[in-house]
Amino acid sequence: MKITLNNNIETFDNEFLTVTDLLKEKKFTFKIITVKHNGHFIKKEDYDTTIIRDGDIVAAIHMLTGG
Amino acid sequence: MYKDKLIKACVGIAGSGGLGSNAAIALARIGIGQLIIADFDVVSESNLNRQYFFLDQIGQKKVFALKDNIGRVNPYVNVEAYDLKLNPESVIRIFKNCDIIIEAFDLAEMKQMIIETVLTEFPEKYIIAASGLGGWGRNNTIKTEKYDNLFICGDMISEVSDICPPLAPRVGVVANMQANQAFEIIMNLF
Repeated sequence: MKITLNNNIETFDNEFLTVTDLLKEKKFTFKIITVKHNGHFIKKEDYDTTIIRDGDIVAAIHMLTGG
Repeated sequence: MYKDKLIKACVGIAGSGGLGSNAAIALARIGIGQLIIADFDVVSESNLNRQYFFLDQIGQKKVFALKDNIGRVNPYVNVEAYDLKLNPESVIRIFKNCDIIIEAFDLAEMKQMIIETVLTEFPEKYIIAASGLGGWGRNNTIKTEKYDNLFICGDMISEVSDICPPLAPRVGVVANMQANQAFEIIMNLF
């Protein structure tokens, strides 16, 4: 499947992925991360049950200290 | 005229440090109608390497010092200043009438807190956050990423640390990019 991840097109062998799978696959191990799926904010407790499919738009945003 | 649009706009600024003080002054200079600012901190000497405060303001509450400085630049800005540490409950209460919220915190945990609160509670509002602004140089690495109503300004890499401190030039660039993004949204909104 092909998805838009953080404004870039990315291809995965899987037919679908949960948010947890995606973060693992991309090695996004940041403690502080905000996830959006097709425009909606996804809570941490929903990472295992939110399914990402072909054509979906996902943002996994890691915020850095400083200001 | 851009001024007629700015005068109608209300921007919330969460934090009055390096990002918040500089973004607030930029918006005040162009004639923003209303600013809602919040911070719990006090101006210290170490803040003066990047924050829009003056030597004689050391020891003052940041929000009140910033309100004074905004008034000295443009007394026609309606400024609401809140001396408090923001949490989800106060973010909702204080910023409910804003069109746009600028995230101007220091700590990543706080940045995430306000992004999640705004995306959940105010999905129609715009939030402009900052991530990656430590160090110096590397002008062309600083950019803005857009995810629907969420904008992130910064280089997305340079976390602040002892060897990568927050300093006026890069923090100011990012703060002014946040103000500039708010300006663009206001021009499209009104």
